[in-house]
Amino acid sequence: MRNVWHRLLKSQELWLGLVVLAMAIGLSVLRPNFLSLQNGLDLLSTYAFNGMLVSGLLVVLISGGIDISFAAVASVAQFVALTVGNAYGAGWVELTAISAAIGIALGAINGVLVSTLGIASIIVTIATQSVIYGVLLTVTNGQDIFTLPAWFSTGFEIPLHTDPDGTTYGINLQIIALVVSFVVAWVLLNRTNFGRQIYALGGNPEAARRVGFNVFRLQVLVYGYMGLVAGLAGLVQAQYTQSVSPTALVGRELDVVAAAVLGGASLDGGIGSVSGALLGLALIAIMQNGLALLGISSYWSPFFTGLVIVAAVASMASRARKRWRESPGLA
Amino acid sequence: MNFLELRGISKRFGGVAALSDLDFDLAVGEIHCLVGGNGSGKSTMIKIISGVEAPEIGGQITVAGHTVPRLTPVESSALGIQVIYQDLSLFPNLTVAENIAIGCHRNLTGLVNWATVNATASAAMARIDVTLDLEERVSQLSIAQRQLVAICRAIAADARLVIMDEPTASLTRHEVDALLALTLELKRRDIAVVFVSHRFDEILEIADRVTVVRDGVKLGTFDARGMTEGSLAELMSGQSFTYATAERAIPRDDPILSVEKLSKAGDFEDVSFELYPGEILGLTGLLGSGRTELALALFGMNPPDSGTIRVDGQPVTFKSNRDAIEQGLAYVPEDRLALSLVLEQSIGTNIVVSVLRMLTDRLGQLRRHQRDGLVDKWIAALRIKVSTPDNPVRTLSGGNQQRVVIAKWLATRPRILILDSPTVGVDVLGKDGIYQIVKDLAAEGLAVIMISDEIPEVLYHCDRILVMRQGRLTSEVMAHRSSEAELKEAVNA
Repeated sequence: MRNVWHRLLKSQELWLGLVVLAMAIGLSVLRPNFLSLQNGLDLLSTYAFNGMLVSGLLVVLISGGIDISFAAVASVAQFVALTVGNAYGAGWVELTAISAAIGIALGAINGVLVSTLGIASIIVTIATQSVIYGVLLTVTNGQDIFTLPAWFSTGFEIPLHTDPDGTTYGINLQIIALVVSFVVAWVLLNRTNFGRQIYALGGNPEAARRVGFNVFRLQVLVYGYMGLVAGLAGLVQAQYTQSVSPTALVGRELDVVAAAVLGGASLDGGIGSVSGALLGLALIAIMQNGLALLGISSYWSPFFTGLVIVAAVASMASRARKRWRESPGLA
Repeated sequence: MNFLELRGISKRFGGVAALSDLDFDLAVGEIHCLVGGNGSGKSTMIKIISGVEAPEIGGQITVAGHTVPRLTPVESSALGIQVIYQDLSLFPNLTVAENIAIGCHRNLTGLVNWATVNATASAAMARIDVTLDLEERVSQLSIAQRQLVAICRAIAADARLVIMDEPTASLTRHEVDALLALTLELKRRDIAVVFVSHRFDEILEIADRVTVVRDGVKLGTFDARGMTEGSLAELMSGQSFTYATAERAIPRDDPILSVEKLSKAGDFEDVSFELYPGEILGLTGLLGSGRTELALALFGMNPPDSGTIRVDGQPVTFKSNRDAIEQGLAYVPEDRLALSLVLEQSIGTNIVVSVLRMLTDRLGQLRRHQRDGLVDKWIAALRIKVSTPDNPVRTLSGGNQQRVVIAKWLATRPRILILDSPTVGVDVLGKDGIYQIVKDLAAEGLAVIMISDEIPEVLYHCDRILVMRQGRLTSEVMAHRSSEAELKEAVNA
């Protein structure tokens, strides 16, 4: 039992959880409407896209790689899916299948390139991001799609609360997708052999190979999974913004990487948890929401996001150094 | 009964024969040591047994009665052959339990049953009487504990043969003893062990039989009884190495380094000695006796609490190793891989890295001619075997890597050279080369402190020997008036 406490005290999750809690308490004292059901649901829907991508990127980071191309993949997936949806009157099943297939295909290409070229994944995915985004801009001419199928625009909602003026708030597609993506990531990483092989690969690739794991297949699956999540996130985001915009999503990569790294995922691979990633996402979401509630210009948001990342990474590094001092060579 | 038989196994890399027509037998539950210099073909042999490399067509491998032309890693593992690599191949981010039971995760589509993982790991530990915290992350374990995890993993995979590749190179003597005991435990459970080591004393302690390979050819398999360290060394290198103590005339008038009542709480206490130009001073004692801590203090990396260090009679205080280097000291640490060499960088860069400032012009540009000249000079002086100095250091054998480290420090033109365990992980031929270099340097007037826990090493290659026990200097002997027995007594007393 003492051991469990010991480990908990050393974990990134505990400290992050305390910071998130402190921020939430502080904000709800300053702005009581922070704790309102409406604000909570809004926050979840707004960050559903980033959140889904964090859950996917976490898997890639644990495997020892990184993916920068997910926003471009999401943009392509939503564009193709809704273009087909508009032209042929396709339904939910078809749109979901198209987004998923595009995501998996583009992700798998990343996986094959990373695995066979032996080039750092950051370089490979910056390159594929650029190629994918370039093709998308050429094909779409940079034009948004504003007319979507009516059933798609309507979406669905499980109402939880109705205001006196008749507005309803409830669980929508975004919130369900966000929750499902984190539950799936947790099950994948903690309850399947695939997930444990990903941890092993990230911890020591050479040893994973020697134990007999098929590293090529593993990497294709990991990047394919990231692509799948990105494709679906693109569709979910199109429903949220009621439009398809080729240029709106690319540029969000850093927020997603930041949330995952804040959550304790190591860029060296092998380390990271779903609970940590969730807390990292919560920290960034609450901070940005708090700035808005406090009436601070949204232009300050990147500034504070940057500060939080530096602070979190510095604290992680200092604890790693301390561990190194306690038992040199074994950190 | 034989568990493994190799017949007519050859392996060529490019045009070079790594193994030629090798036969090898391994009995069930036998401890069989493999002896050979760097590049003798030992590693190739292990890779063929473990299925990592395929032998040339025409050879035969028989494992537990099945004869095949080659093995794949999966087949080899399924037949009960497990290799414990020098780097241990563990997953530092995973728990002890998961590392041991990693085989439970082999089927990609399966679900994890954590109870099975824990039970598998516990059962493997119980079979060889090992206790470790199942939930601890491997990154938090000592090297010796990690080795236990690696052995338990082999057990969990139903090993009938465990191949250990230089398992003792990074262990303390105490940990080595524990490992050797564990090896005998494996033998009692009818698990065969192929043990690779450069330390002949360990080999003779546990081996049933010894196979010696040189230049890809098996010289023979010998009963370990009746072998001596000397005969093993001779077989392995084709040369006999007999060393004797010698008295060299060293003017002991003005010490270049003198240490007076040097103390540091918990590390060493009341240490005083002198070192003269041209002298090789041995410093021996058990691990943990304070040898390395003292050396680090002399090199400015472990500031003492009290006492005086004098260089050329002048008292000096080292705030960092930079000050020590300024005063003409150089320190070659024991762990050359972690502390001295940048393995992926070229041999040349490694040699000049500590003197780069002397090689740049006023604009900070490297004077390439001068740099290349310096590199060539040291490669020639220390007879480092390289095809080109532009190759990464990783491509060199242990003995040549150690020469690169020494070259790197000699390039700083030191007057006092501290060598901490300079021959760890180096084969006999390489060792001999290093001893010769040290003697040549001393003959030119360099003062050397050689730290080692191998008694013959200090006895036959030093002029004077200090013995350290529990942080204190307990005796001082002139090498030519001492013997192995006397020194051993002084160290262990």
